[in-house]
Amino acid sequence: MKNSRMRLFIAAALLGVILLSNLLAPWIAPCDPNEANMRVRLQGPSPEHPLGTDSLGRDMLSRVLYGGRSSMLVALAATALSMALGMLLGVLGGYYGGMLDWCITAVANIFQGLPGTCLMIAIVGVLGPGIPNLLLALVLTSWAGFSRIVRTETLRIREEAYIEGMRALGAGNGRLLWRHIVPNMMANIIVLFTTRVGRCVLSIASLSYLGLGIKPPTPDWSVMISDARLNYRSAPHLIIVPGLCIFLLLLSINMLGDALRDLLDVRSQEVKEL
Amino acid sequence: MRRYLIQKVLSLLPVLLGISLIAFVLGVISPGNPAELALSRGGYEPTPEQIEAMERQMGLDAPYPVQYLRWVGRALTGDLGTSYASKLPVGAELARRLPVTLKLALCSILLALVLGFSMGCIAAAFHERWPDRVIRSAINIQLSFPAFWLALLLILLFAENLRWLPTSGNGGLKYMILPSLVLSSASAATTARLIRSALLAEFGKQYCTAATARGISRKRLVLQNALPNAAVSAVALMGNSLGGMLGGSVIIESIFALPGIGSYALDAITNRDYPALQGYVLLAGCIYVAVALLVDVVSMLLNPKLRLGGKRI
Repeated sequence: MKNSRMRLFIAAALLGVILLSNLLAPWIAPCDPNEANMRVRLQGPSPEHPLGTDSLGRDMLSRVLYGGRSSMLVALAATALSMALGMLLGVLGGYYGGMLDWCITAVANIFQGLPGTCLMIAIVGVLGPGIPNLLLALVLTSWAGFSRIVRTETLRIREEAYIEGMRALGAGNGRLLWRHIVPNMMANIIVLFTTRVGRCVLSIASLSYLGLGIKPPTPDWSVMISDARLNYRSAPHLIIVPGLCIFLLLLSINMLGDALRDLLDVRSQEVKEL
Repeated sequence: MRRYLIQKVLSLLPVLLGISLIAFVLGVISPGNPAELALSRGGYEPTPEQIEAMERQMGLDAPYPVQYLRWVGRALTGDLGTSYASKLPVGAELARRLPVTLKLALCSILLALVLGFSMGCIAAAFHERWPDRVIRSAINIQLSFPAFWLALLLILLFAENLRWLPTSGNGGLKYMILPSLVLSSASAATTARLIRSALLAEFGKQYCTAATARGISRKRLVLQNALPNAAVSAVALMGNSLGGMLGGSVIIESIFALPGIGSYALDAITNRDYPALQGYVLLAGCIYVAVALLVDVVSMLLNPKLRLGGKRI
């Protein structure tokens, strides 16, 4: 238990530093992240440019400070949207059962049976890069996972004695659903949300690297790595620094998810195995 | 047992239907007129009359449901249309490139199994001692590595600095080492985590306590008694991993310049070659479904409860 608290603290601190540096980027960045200066291109670290410059002479430190903003925002929005959709469908299907449940489960099964990454690449490939299409692709490929786990949890909680008791006291379906069933699965949802944000960050990073996600010249860590594809052999810092940022962000999110799973009372077997 | 199998096959039919629908819709929503794209070649601009004639020839004037049925009918006979970019049949091109991707996926699965099983066993055998802690941190680190970054770092280290391995290209097994190492990294980590927790769950059961009481060594207990039971759950995970690998291979194949179906899909996107992309989605989806079926059959063979017709929980 003490160990988990410790890990939670470390993960939260790391995540906090990353979030804060991105949030404060407009005030703490030494240069404009998009200002090109061909006279100082591909330079190593120097007093004016602590992390060097990229192939267009843009300041790496400023770009790194701005670099997580878009992907973190998109990841949060995509996970929140797919969670809202998945939870709504999962709770309704699990609680009411019958035809509604059958239809929702059938559609969710189809989406779960598809190879997610291939589909995501194909969707943004056809619709073109950019944030709205990226959101659509992420939500389409991840809502079903939420809905299935929420449905199983609803089925379990629905049969609990206290729900029966509340019903006997005259509580309506709406009250039971949103005041008693949903709050009782929050531990699972929080852990699920955390791990899914991590997975979303990874998907966004991969798509942006392929040129299908966040578009250049936005200062973004994956876009920076993608931009450096031709120069990284002579200037490895161009990929090492932004990559390290993505890695640390993912590590802190994964550690946070793990620690939360150990600390919160997670009942769902599937969430435990995530 | 037969009933279970038939049930499984039937439950996969809607998924196949979903895949074909999505692949078809991708073609419909793609920007540009397919007839015009099919006619234009090397800067040549077709006249409106030619485009109209081509539209009729390609059946684009029919309503969408009819187009869909025709398209599925053609796909069932192996005709996936003609690539806009190369003007060659998509099916033949995919068939030519598939072995490369399969070789990559097979190497990666094997690597993930070997790495995952050994890491998981060691961690479980030394539960809460330092090897367990090290392996658990390694798992977390592996899961946090973006594949493309890992690939570029490994190229920098092994191909550029140490010059042990080729940077990219397709050839013997030497060319597969770095790509499959990158592609298997995340699956190896999830396998290790699964094997570890499955083994720990087995250790808690009575037969393991009894075996320990009889003086059977930890090593024998893990390898002979607990591991076969824990391995059943790894089969299902491997199926999932393969799906992830199909998607991940798009990045890996493009970084290591492997001519597989993943790099074909990426080329199709850059060239706005939508029939090729549709073909890729259809093929990847079918492979995924086939693997899911295979996983079900294998887990049924491994699990006596299912084999003898018990109900799946």
